[in-house]
Amino acid sequence: MTLLPRLSLALTLLVVFSELSQANILRSSSGSSSGSEGSPSTNVTSNSSTTITTLPIVTWKWHHVETPYLVALWVLVCWLCKLLAQLNARLKSFFPESGLLIICGFILGGIVWGADKAQTFKLEPRNFFYFLLPQIILDTGYFMPNKLFFSNLGAILVHAVIGTCWNAGAVGVSLWGCYLGGAMGDLNIGLLQFLLFGSLLAAVDPVAVIAVFEEVHVNEVLFIWVFGESLLNDGVTVVLYNVFDAFVSLGGSKINAGEIIKGIVSFFVVSFGGSLIGVAFAIIISLLTKYTGKVQIIEAGFIFVLGYLSYLTAEMLSLSAILSVTFCGVCCQKYVNANMDEKSVTAVRYAMKVFANGSETMIFVFLGVTAIDNVIWVWNTGFICLTILFAIVYRFIGVFTLTWMLNRYRLVPIEVIDQLVMSYGGLRGAVAYGLAASLDETRIKEKNLIISTTLIVVYFTVVIQGLTMKPLVKWLKVKRVEPTELKLIAKVNNRACEHILAAMEDIAGRIGDNWWTRGWKRFEDTYITWFLMKPEARKNKDYLFSIFHKLNLEDAVNYVAEGEKRGSLAFLRNGDRTNVDFDKKFGMEFSGVMPDITSELDYGIDNVPMTSIRRDSIPSVSLDIHEQDMKDMNEDFNAHHLLQQHLYRSRKNHRHKYSRSDFKINQSEDEVQEIFQRTMRSRLESFKSAKMGVSPAKKITKHPKPSQKMSNGKSTDTSKSYPYGDEDFEFSEVDSAYSGDAAAAGGSSPMRAPPYTVGAGIENPAFMPEMDTPPPPWLTEVETDTSVAPSQRAQRQLPWSPTNLQRLTPLRISNRSTDSFVMADVPAAQDSPEEPPEDGSQQDGTHM
Amino acid sequence: MGSTSSTLAKIPNAEDLMQETGFTPAHLVRLYDRFKVLDKDKKGFLTPQDFVAIKELAMNPICDRIIGAFFTSGGETLDFPSFVRILAHFRPIDKNRPKEPTSPDPINSRSNKLKFAFQLYDQDKDGKISRHELLQVLRAMLEKQVTEEQLESIADRTIQEADLDRDDAISFEEFRKSLEKVNIDHKMSIRFLR
Repeated sequence: MTLLPRLSLALTLLVVFSELSQANILRSSSGSSSGSEGSPSTNVTSNSSTTITTLPIVTWKWHHVETPYLVALWVLVCWLCKLLAQLNARLKSFFPESGLLIICGFILGGIVWGADKAQTFKLEPRNFFYFLLPQIILDTGYFMPNKLFFSNLGAILVHAVIGTCWNAGAVGVSLWGCYLGGAMGDLNIGLLQFLLFGSLLAAVDPVAVIAVFEEVHVNEVLFIWVFGESLLNDGVTVVLYNVFDAFVSLGGSKINAGEIIKGIVSFFVVSFGGSLIGVAFAIIISLLTKYTGKVQIIEAGFIFVLGYLSYLTAEMLSLSAILSVTFCGVCCQKYVNANMDEKSVTAVRYAMKVFANGSETMIFVFLGVTAIDNVIWVWNTGFICLTILFAIVYRFIGVFTLTWMLNRYRLVPIEVIDQLVMSYGGLRGAVAYGLAASLDETRIKEKNLIISTTLIVVYFTVVIQGLTMKPLVKWLKVKRVEPTELKLIAKVNNRACEHILAAMEDIAGRIGDNWWTRGWKRFEDTYITWFLMKPEARKNKDYLFSIFHKLNLEDAVNYVAEGEKRGSLAFLRNGDRTNVDFDKKFGMEFSGVMPDITSELDYGIDNVPMTSIRRDSIPSVSLDIHEQDMKDMNEDFNAHHLLQQHLYRSRKNHRHKYSRSDFKINQSEDEVQEIFQRTMRSRLESFKSAKMGVSPAKKITKHPKPSQKMSNGKSTDTSKSYPYGDEDFEFSEVDSAYSGDAAAAGGSSPMRAPPYTVGAGIENPAFMPEMDTPPPPWLTEVETDTSVAPSQRAQRQLPWSPTNLQRLTPLRISNRSTDSFVMADVPAAQDSPEEPPEDGSQQDGTHM
Repeated sequence: MGSTSSTLAKIPNAEDLMQETGFTPAHLVRLYDRFKVLDKDKKGFLTPQDFVAIKELAMNPICDRIIGAFFTSGGETLDFPSFVRILAHFRPIDKNRPKEPTSPDPINSRSNKLKFAFQLYDQDKDGKISRHELLQVLRAMLEKQVTEEQLESIADRTIQEADLDRDDAISFEEFRKSLEKVNIDHKMSIRFLR
């Protein structure tokens, strides 16, 4: 915890720095204005940027970067606050993070205010609604537990619609009554303004709810009720807010039945329209991801862009933007996850969390920062206290009444304790503040009172209620969610139960919940998945099977972790069939120690044909490199070659080469050098022992490449445009089993590129056409036979420096006896070993 | 319920049935109506053919097993009390109703619900779900493109998870244990039978 003070110091420094730079702007702007007055000294300084007397090496260009710089700085500061809040474990255990962040915001706001004597930074409604909120809602929609959500949709809607209306109306009217009773002194505020205030304060805030409830881990039904309500009540809030806002500007006298009916109609239009836009964008996203496989690296970005667009589109049409982006996330998740590559899915997942958490942090910090401002604060004890009181009381009344009604129709009633927590979890947050801050001051005279009261309510609910939520949940012994082990048998049985229940409903002759679920499933299977899913994804989408797949992956990861703990990674590195035996052995060896993992794995290997699992298009996580190895592995490996390979590969260094479009495994230059030298040495030896000068080196060098490509299943025509080095490189990535030799051939390291390009300059014209055509069958056959020996292949591929060619010869003979007739074709090459390789390739070209 | 509805008086042994199953009179009357609808030839009992005639049920992938569960005693007929007793398994467990210490275990208790599910797998009634039996159910339920090998490996894994005594079969005790965490009350209850 010694880090804490240091971090907070750094934080303070950062803020002061941003302050100083802010102050700099002010000063410089005042300087320039004073400069126009004609003070000579400032004139010189202010003109220095325009009239250049000498070449400036470094210039101070704050204005160029001001806004983005401040934004970036604030993002950094806010995130450091989060880090700070997370550091102290003891504090964190009872204090909700959101509350801590708000307090951090107070401190930061205090610093800013101290420096500027005014609050220069505050949470602007525009920034909040356009840049901070969308990603949070998209995240919640995208990660929404769909089944839970839809099976509770009715209850959620009841709470979200009726509950919110009730809250808005009751709070507004009660406050008005108290105002008339004289509880809050003299205010310029009427019934409509009170109702407007009630409506903006009525909605439970999704950001605050997520922040608090995620830490508490209540049971899932309770969670989805509160959480779903907080999301879906946005439609209601927006409508109520707009309606009352319009009523306020219309004035009380002009409101008649027609206007009220319009208001009710607009509710349906706003909420259903918003949801429909969300669904439409979800369909677009799903359709798009069917085809984005080609640009896999930016595939993940589409989700974000389209999600954001769905938010903006709804906003543009003055529909409920939150509903839109929620339903966009909810509806697209299944198809997107099935369509996209597993890596992109992971990317979306993490990026989503980064964005959502990041902006959530910023929202809370800025809620704190905003408070430190003497301008907005208008204190009215009666108004503020009564607001808090009514907000809480009516929340309780609303929740209990509605739940009591819902409970009459529920299979599993919601218990009183859960209802208590639900009422208590009615947190208000930044949405309320955003709405309050965007009020029009000319029409609502008491805007500042409304803002300050809203802020107080937000602080009260987030900090006080958030703080007491955990103890309350513990004290009431609310059913928590238990971390359950994923079990296949449970899933199998659930599936059976679904069928049984559906059958029983049929037999009893009543249309029940299962009838609807089944009907939807059938419809989805026949039409929707056909429309929105890739054919490959459709095939393997059976839920039980995906669970099975997931379990197997988990086992594999456990297995690797276990193996690593024991210091044996050999099973990871060998990439061929022998590892099956190895795994089995491994399993038996440690079966006593870790019966679960090994036994499951053992069985997995025994009974699941490797190929069937691996070849499925079900996306699989991690282990990809090695998976590739196995996939492309040749059939005949013998132990000798295997060993040889491992000797090289144990030095393999996985590095990310710079590439905008791909992550690839590179090899270190040292290794390449090392392998190169080693091969040369061994070649020398074999050279000594073998008879000399039987055939020229070049012939053989050309063939391996195309045939290797074929064996890798790579399309050869892509290689057309590559210089030699690149081509080799690519090949080595695809098939890392061969990487050792490929590296020896010298393609991979960019540092070593020059010699190859030189060679390529000579050889390319002759080689390239050959690359494009598939090698003749006899060649491929030979190749598969010999391809096993990496070092030998490396030797074959070493023709770049002409002096090597001669040394290679004896080996080649030993490898490729079938090739001898090719060699016989070109006796001349043998005579002139110094000859550049192009000669040989030309001959080969004629031969082909 | 209109003119076709029957009254409680017409149902034989209505009181005893209500006592045994916990159904309300309204439920019982409704089920009796349904029973008469299913019994097309007014035989007074149901046969497996009567069940197969239900269109939706025939589409159920494990419908033969479910129908089989109604005819456990081996007979080809099902009278109304048995019909009600089977359906009573799916009544939600009610906490409010006072428990009588004398009655052993209500039909809709957790273990009875589990037993019902278990017997659907256990076709040969030897008290164990063998690999073969599980495979049959899985094959019916996973009609999508899952290969036979995959199916088998899923079955193997499922058995392995539950199988405590390593006899390659799941006994009822093992079945119950492995589903301990699952909310069976919820999963095996129908709302309108409450």
